[in-house]
Parts: sequence; structure tokens; C-alpha cells
Amino acid sequence: MKKTTLFDIISPVMIGPSSSHTAGAVRLGLMARNIYKNTPKKVTFKLYNSYAHTGKGHGTEKGLLAGVLGLGVDDRRIKDIFESDLAKTVEYKFLYADNFKQHPNAVEITFEGDTKMFIAGESVGAGEIAIRKIDDFNVKLTGKYNTILIVYKDMPGMISQVSSILQYDNKNIASLSCDRNARGKEASMIISIDGTVGDNIIETIQEIPEVYFVSYIEKLEH
Amino acid sequence: MGKISTFEQLYEECISKNKQIYEIAQANMAEEGEISIEEVRVFANKSLFAMKEAIQTGMASKELSMSEMCGQDCCRLQQRFKKQRAMFGSTFEKILEYALATSEENIRMGKIVACPTAGSCGILPAGLAAVSEDYNHSEREQINALITAGEIGRIISAKVSLAGAVAGCQAECGVASAMSAAAVCQLQGGNVSQVLNAAALALKNILGLTCDPVAGLVEVPCVKRNPFLAVHAITAVELALADIKSKIPFDEVVDAMEQTGALMSPTLKESSQAGLATTKTALEVQKRVFG
Repeated sequence: MKKTTLFDIISPVMIGPSSSHTAGAVRLGLMARNIYKNTPKKVTFKLYNSYAHTGKGHGTEKGLLAGVLGLGVDDRRIKDIFESDLAKTVEYKFLYADNFKQHPNAVEITFEGDTKMFIAGESVGAGEIAIRKIDDFNVKLTGKYNTILIVYKDMPGMISQVSSILQYDNKNIASLSCDRNARGKEASMIISIDGTVGDNIIETIQEIPEVYFVSYIEKLEH
Repeated sequence: MGKISTFEQLYEECISKNKQIYEIAQANMAEEGEISIEEVRVFANKSLFAMKEAIQTGMASKELSMSEMCGQDCCRLQQRFKKQRAMFGSTFEKILEYALATSEENIRMGKIVACPTAGSCGILPAGLAAVSEDYNHSEREQINALITAGEIGRIISAKVSLAGAVAGCQAECGVASAMSAAAVCQLQGGNVSQVLNAAALALKNILGLTCDPVAGLVEVPCVKRNPFLAVHAITAVELALADIKSKIPFDEVVDAMEQTGALMSPTLKESSQAGLATTKTALEVQKRVFG
């Protein structure tokens, strides 16, 4: 976990009442939106454990929906989001479950629209979050870095191809992790980058024949 | 400039460089974040502005929280002070009002600054704003005080997570009170030693505070705990300005807090499984709110 800074202590400016159950929920929604890249036609939130039990009293559902609709943690519209015109642009549903294998503040978000996407994440405290799953792939995204997500045919040499593209553009990799999905034919690569990445890099990676899908996921504001 | 992770290091750095805590803190934050000192101060000013806005909004509202347990006590307090002044004068009245206003604003989904956490959001702004108003401290001095408080919180958090679930309320409202003590002591012209002792005294005298919120909500006892610990901070400042020192050095107080937090039963750390949260009345509230 990143070291706490002076800024972390005297912020965030946020809509209350809870950094984990309100601000964390907004940030999970925002991060899911960044991954999906769009406002969906339909979204289903499945809340687990503490999120399911005390979410109502903390505005957790409001926070999740507000985040998916692109509102920041300090946006006063969060409080009345269900009554807003913005909320009418999307069909949404909340489900609730207990599962002690899950984090106390876990949520699964399913987007439907032009494409379908499943995203699972957790609010890990003090407004910090972690995205744990995108579709079939295990990931860990905290929203602190700009990140490239690559889905590709599982084969040797892919890491070096991608890292040489980044190196050529003088980009420093903060962290890198890979995973295979259940079928064992597809693999995912998550690359966190210091600084930003231009469209040209994403396009160059996309041109690798074995790459099925590339997505550039922007970090969350502080 | 070496990275500071203890209060002893902070003190040594201040003394050897003949600087105040905020000067060291803002320079280190600027270096770490690769930004200018001016940008650090702009960030702090944004938080300061939001704190004052929360006080103003909270003072004017009577809206209840979603559970309907809280939201009108600041209004009651203001009405009482209109009829009968507080025993300890205007600044005392403001500290109580501002702490309640902010924490009530938090539970009605208003905009606040988590400082260090949302549940303890009223403690630091209350002391900082009330004392600044009554003693005419400039915006520059208020930013100095907020950065001082932030540095206190940062060093504590380097050792102990500031989460009720990890170390109880001593790590949330207790730390907020220590931060507020540092801020107010800085405002009132305290030297480095006095500022650090004010914060140490505040933290030392709240060790062991549990986190047992009713129905798992940031409302009871959290909202009213804010004015209590805002005043607690002022006691620490008054003692420290008389050069009264914490016999246990600040770093050791933080160690004691960490140990106390680790020994505290998980049932008393934000899980609402004991204490106030399992009283007869609390269970009735829980049933009413969540069914």
C-alpha cells in the first residue's frame, strides 16, 4: 500500500458519512466506469457483507451509482442521485448477498450495453479501493496509476514485446502483473505506468497480432 | 532532507534548521509529490475552505440523517446559546457548535473534509475555525496550522492505521483531537516543543477509546463525540502553552496507542458487536433502520 502523505491526512473533501462506505463506493463506481469507458445502458450492483447490511445508512448505493455516472466523491448531487435526471439515463438494480469469502466491503458490478462487462472490487478503507476482477481475469487496480490492460493469446514473449514499446516511448513501469483465464488460452497483463500514456502507444500494442484487446484505464483523481 | 517518520526526527529537524513544523512538512510534501510549496499550500487551503463551508452549511441545517437518529443537536445548541451564554465564553460556544455542525453535515450526506477520517471530521475544523475567528488569525496562519496538524496525523499513521476497525476510535477521533491540539497550539504561537506536547497530551489522554457505533452507522456516538474531543484538544493546548510536557515522549504514546489498538477486542473495533452497539436501545434502533 502507498505510504500515507500529508495530503491524505487533510483530505479528501467528500460527501459523508463514511470514507469506506460512501467515498469508497463512489470511487469503485468511477473506476468501473473508467474500465468500461462508457455510461452503460444497464448496470447491476451486487453488494456483499457490510456493504449489503449497512449500505443503506451510509449512502453506499447512491455512491456506487453516482460513481458509475461519473460524479466525484465531493459532488453534492450524490445525495439525491436516485431522483436526478442523470440517473434516468441508465437502468440500475441492486442485489444483496452474504459471503464470508468476500471482503467485508465488496461489490460486483455488471454492465450491459453495447458490450457486457463484469467488474468486482473492494473498498479497503479510508476511501481506498481495489478492483479485483475484470470479466474472467484476476487483477489489482487501485486507481492510483494510469494502467494498461491487455488481453492476449497466452504465449511466450508478450511481456518483452509490450515492455519494449513502452521503453521506446520512455515510459516507466510502476508495476506489472499477468494472469490466465479459466480457459487457459487467454492471458491478461496489467501494467501500471508512471505518468500518462498516449493513444499512439495503445494503438501500437493493439497492432501486435496476438493481442485481442487493449484498454487504457485512467487513474482516479486524488 | 531525510524522510521523517518519528516525532523525534521531526523535532530534531525543526531545531537544527530553526524551522517550524509546517515549514518542514510543506517542504517534504512538495519534494515527495514533485510539486512546489505553493501548490502544497493551495491544496491545504482547498481543504480549509471546504471545512469552513461545512461549518456554515451545517450551522444552518436541521435535516435528519437517514436513520433519523441525528441532525438537530447543533440547532438546539445554537438556540440555547442565544438564550443563555456558555460558561466558558464565545470561543467555547463556537468550538462546540462548529464540531457538531460539521459532523451533522457529514451524516446527512453533506460535503466535509475527512480529517483524518469522515467520522472525526468535526474535531480539527472546530478548534481551527473558532480560535482563528476569535483571535484574528490570518488565512496564512490557518494554513500553517492545518499543515502542522496534517504532519502530526501523517507521522502517527506511519505507525498505526487511522481506522476504527484496526485500532478503535482512539485512532480516529483521538488522532483528530491530537491534530486539532497541534493546530490550535500553532495558531496561538506555541513553539515546536509546545505543539508536539499539545498533540501528545491530547492523544495520551484518550488512549483506549473504542469504536462501537450503533447499527454500524457513523452517528451514535460519533456525532456528539466530535464536540467532546474538540474541547479535549483545547485542554491539551492550554497545558502545553504552560510548558507542561508529556512525561511519555510522543513516539512512545503512539506505540502505546498501537499496542492498545491491537489488544482491543475486535468486537469493539467498528464491528458493532459489543459496547454501545449491543445495548437494548441500540438493537432496537438497528431493527427499526435495517429491519
